Amino acid sequence: MAMNEQLSLLPEIPASLSVAQVNAYLRELLEGDSTLQNLWVRGEISNLSVPRSGHMYFTLKDRQASLRCVMWRSQAARLSYMPQDGDQVEIHGSVSVYEASGQVQLYADQIRPVGEGLLFQEFNKLKQKLEAEGLFDPEKKKPLPFSPKTIGVVTSPTGAALRDMLNTLKRRYPMINVILSPTQVQGDAAPGGIVAALELLNQYIQPEVILIARGGGSIEDLWAFNDEQVARAIAASDAPVICGVGHETDFTIADFVADLRAPTPTAAAELAVPDQMEIRGILLERIEKLGLNFLDLVKQKRWDLAQMQASLLRRSPEGQLRSSRQLVDELFRQGERAIEHQIELYRTKLKGYSQHIAALNPQMILERGYALVTQPDGSVIRQRSDVEAGDRLNIQVSDGEFGVQVNDKTSK
Amino acid sequence: MSKKSDPAELNFEQAFEELQVVINELEAGEKPLEQSLTMFERGQALYQRCTDLLDKAELKVQQISDSGELNNFTE
Repeated sequence: MAMNEQLSLLPEIPASLSVAQVNAYLRELLEGDSTLQNLWVRGEISNLSVPRSGHMYFTLKDRQASLRCVMWRSQAARLSYMPQDGDQVEIHGSVSVYEASGQVQLYADQIRPVGEGLLFQEFNKLKQKLEAEGLFDPEKKKPLPFSPKTIGVVTSPTGAALRDMLNTLKRRYPMINVILSPTQVQGDAAPGGIVAALELLNQYIQPEVILIARGGGSIEDLWAFNDEQVARAIAASDAPVICGVGHETDFTIADFVADLRAPTPTAAAELAVPDQMEIRGILLERIEKLGLNFLDLVKQKRWDLAQMQASLLRRSPEGQLRSSRQLVDELFRQGERAIEHQIELYRTKLKGYSQHIAALNPQMILERGYALVTQPDGSVIRQRSDVEAGDRLNIQVSDGEFGVQVNDKTSK
Repeated sequence: MSKKSDPAELNFEQAFEELQVVINELEAGEKPLEQSLTMFERGQALYQRCTDLLDKAELKVQQISDSGELNNFTE
């Protein structure tokens, strides 16, 4: 009875609808609902696929249910965080129906990791703000000294990070003074402590470089390094700052504002000083050069002398001169042999060091801001005489290489 | 050669830099033989000084107080 009445009230609805009509109607209903058009949904990502179109398709699920999701290419390209199957996420978007299949879908425009949501937003907001102020500009990065004498360290006096850094410095380059400026690196007091520790070093010590470091931990543990005051103190530091916080995958605001980011505390210490093996190698190259230069000089003098004697010979009793000439020759030869022997010793030693140095990762040197310049045939450019104007050269830096052309070889 | 200080008195950077200066001067080859020999020996002494300092170096670690005083730090 009630049913008949209803039907009679809607005489214009036909006895049956086409599938397309139902789906279009459904779509209109959903898209007219303000809640469904602007919502955050949380769940776990599964069946994520990104075909060649660049659009991102996945299913958001929890224990009871699942929901198909799409993120168009234009939005997916803007993601700062790339989700993976199994990730717990919060997704913003709108719900509608894909009419061709009748599939209800969430059209996503933002994705963020769950729980980290708030912290993550805070992080991005501060990052954008400081970036806009120019605090991360490459031109602002201060150069690092090749071999510092005094290094400031801002970290916990009891942490593993300090132990790791001191061990690394001891091994690589023990000829330095380390000044520890102790601070908490975790908890509410940490940001203020880090700022004060940095300022102490700049005020009283003026070290040539400062390491700010902390070992790995949860994102909350590392949060002091995402503090605005800490970031500003790093930017204001007179001494260049190397930041080594957490593990390779942890990025903090302090990393962005520091003059150099190191993946770990140990790496920060490695980037701060040269390896003594490098230095010993350079020393041996120099002492070999010294010997060769001297040898050249002796050979030159000997040649000059021989010329002089030849001219004398034309005027003097021959026998007498021949014996004195032999004597001088013999003396010079002895001198040369001694020097040659000395050079040979240095060479052998140098070879040992070269092998050692080759075994070290040259990437570390590049990371410190130095570049390797080579000819197309791979030979290394060491001095001005190795290049000619017009030469095309290869420059290798930490993240790859590029080509340049020599346009000027004028003296400095 | 202006500097004639005893290599044993030089710090690492001084010895390291002077070694390069000696090499450059010797390479220029403008000095008389006797003086060149002196320079060669000087270079060897400088090299020795650098390696000695490297061999003997011990990392010095101090801790700064809130008032800027330095104390030896022991782990």
